[in-house]
Amino acid sequence: MSPLVLSAPALQEITPATGVFSLIAVLIGLPLLGAAVLLLGGRRTNKWGPYLGVLTVAGSAVIAIIMLVKLMELPAESRSIGQSLYSWVFAGGFQVDLAFQLDQLSMVFVLLITIVGTLIHIYSLGYMSHDKDKRKFFGYLNLFVAAMLILVLANNFLLLYVGWEGVGLASYLLIGFWQIKPTAAAAAKKAFIINRVGDVGLSLAIMLMFVTFGSVTFSDVFGSASQASEGTLTAIGLLLLLAACGKSAQFPLQAWLLDAMEGPTPVSALIHAATMVTAGVYLIARSNAIFDLATWAATAVVVIGTITIFMGATIGSAKDDIKKSLAGSTMSQIGYMVLAVGLGPIGYVFAIFHLLTHGVFKAGLFLGAGSVMHGMNDNVNMRRYGALRGVMVITFVTFMAGYLAIIGIPPFAGYWSKDAIVHAAFEKGTLIGVLTIIAAGITGFYMTRMVVMTFFGKARWEDDAHPHESPKVMTIPLIILGLGSTFLGLALLFWGNIETWLEPVVGIAEAETAIPEAAIIAITLATVIAGVIVGVMMYGRRAIPVDAPRGSWLTRAARQDLYGDAVNDTLIVRPSYYLARVLNWFDARAVDGFVNGTAAFVGGASGRMRKYQSGFARSYALSMVGGAVIVVLALVLVRL
Amino acid sequence: MNPANYVILSAVLFSIGAIGVLVRRNAIVVFMCVELMLNAANLAFVAFSKINGNLDGQVIAFFVMVVAAAEVVVGLAIIVQIFRTRRSVSIDEPNLLKY
Repeated sequence: MSPLVLSAPALQEITPATGVFSLIAVLIGLPLLGAAVLLLGGRRTNKWGPYLGVLTVAGSAVIAIIMLVKLMELPAESRSIGQSLYSWVFAGGFQVDLAFQLDQLSMVFVLLITIVGTLIHIYSLGYMSHDKDKRKFFGYLNLFVAAMLILVLANNFLLLYVGWEGVGLASYLLIGFWQIKPTAAAAAKKAFIINRVGDVGLSLAIMLMFVTFGSVTFSDVFGSASQASEGTLTAIGLLLLLAACGKSAQFPLQAWLLDAMEGPTPVSALIHAATMVTAGVYLIARSNAIFDLATWAATAVVVIGTITIFMGATIGSAKDDIKKSLAGSTMSQIGYMVLAVGLGPIGYVFAIFHLLTHGVFKAGLFLGAGSVMHGMNDNVNMRRYGALRGVMVITFVTFMAGYLAIIGIPPFAGYWSKDAIVHAAFEKGTLIGVLTIIAAGITGFYMTRMVVMTFFGKARWEDDAHPHESPKVMTIPLIILGLGSTFLGLALLFWGNIETWLEPVVGIAEAETAIPEAAIIAITLATVIAGVIVGVMMYGRRAIPVDAPRGSWLTRAARQDLYGDAVNDTLIVRPSYYLARVLNWFDARAVDGFVNGTAAFVGGASGRMRKYQSGFARSYALSMVGGAVIVVLALVLVRL
Repeated sequence: MNPANYVILSAVLFSIGAIGVLVRRNAIVVFMCVELMLNAANLAFVAFSKINGNLDGQVIAFFVMVVAAAEVVVGLAIIVQIFRTRRSVSIDEPNLLKY
């Protein structure tokens, strides 16, 4: 099936920043300043610090919205704005500027990060109100927002790498925010270490780009991508995919995301659902010029995405922990995005589209889960929930908006984006299309399970639980995100024209599908509704036991994160231990043995030799005479 | 007379001195034996000077005498000190300086 309409993304001319666009540095600088004040200011800022944290991000959001308005006024071909602050690295032929590039793709990310970020900051004022380290929390959140903005606004891979590491650091700090809990500390380390594996991929990709193209700026690399050999491009593509797998929790580097739920819930919403974990999708979509030419790498992206969709969905279906179930769902939805970016120009736009809607509705779902936990003494076990729709009306309604969005019921946001991905998958091949539809059905099942266990049925609360609606500071962000979950899809598609908006950056193509479009939509909806019905039958009709039943082998496997930890242990951790033990043995026995042996020999020999220091002058004299005799004899013998 | 005989005499004197140093306990006698060895060496130097027909050996003999005189000063001082503290000049008794 050859694409019918193909518009390759010719590289856009970069317009120098003027007017409001010269504020790009301020956009990043505000949250960075907030982080600096909160983290360096110490206890003095305890009282007003959190509010400052909210204000800096809100300020960035306002600037971002003004920039969007200004950007929409510009003609489509001059919407790529560049701003160079100063020459950052200058060594021989290698030059990197601290320079930013605001184009259509960066713009939508900036809006997602700052607006959802602001809402989550406000929500955290309520959620973290009793935490004594609230100031530090807001400092880390601001640091995260700043790093994420650097990531999406950089105009070269090296600066992108700075942001990439920055968000990793913020993620580590925030997962381990309650580091007195050993599980949280371990989860933070795990996330950090697994992310390092991906980061190695990114740094190698950057080095390979420099060797191949002599530059690491986007315009140079993508401009001359067609001159490189396909093997090089495939290598770069696969390394970028490895980086994306680490950051976006894709198979085989997926194991950290579920443990990352140890962090406070707003962190899960902002970093591990809406923004940071989608950085991998951004990286691949941004590097579309490379993946368009490296067919094998693009196919690998599709395969990884497909595997992760099903892994995430399976885990999401089995976990009783509401946050971990949502985390599985996040993995699965990001799998959709990765699959879509792997499809090439027929998918890029829709991957970003789904990323935006997902960012909003998943943030809403996580914050809703946080609101439920807030009312249930921080209990996360869904088997201890039930019948909460009466006591938490606002949380329930907004959660339902997110629920309908994620399973893809029209006209909620997720329907438009997921349907577009399913359609794009069918354009690529019927098999991938069918797989995405099946996964959509599983999505319907696990989300129904979650909603039924939490909000419907009989109350299975613990005795000391007194569920109540959360304060306004938490419910207002929920309402805004609920409205977003409802209308964002329509707004982006019909009012915002996301396809024509993104087309200059990533290109767009269409191909014929084997099945008519109406049939695809109908089959998808039917599958989703079937999933919902199965969910209702399994969890709505029967009483839910408080203790989890044994379950099938698949359930048990999914509860263990599909043995992700066991696989890592067997393949990586234990061999490393053995290697370390062998090296340790070698060091202790061979290296230290030689050194210590020499010392022991000298020491022992000296211990015996010193006995000759008897203190009797005549025995010294005898040894002198003996020595003299030996010398004389030797001389005589040599003479003879 | 054959100058080689002086060398033989010197060797005999040296051996007597060396054996004296090794077998006698009285510090004064040991000291005298050391002097005997030095003078045996002097005799050998002078004999070699005669055999080779130049004055180098005789010059060195003077040097040895000077060194021997200095050595007598230090050695006798030590022996006198030992005698004062221990009331004996046995060379085996001061044996504390050891391992």
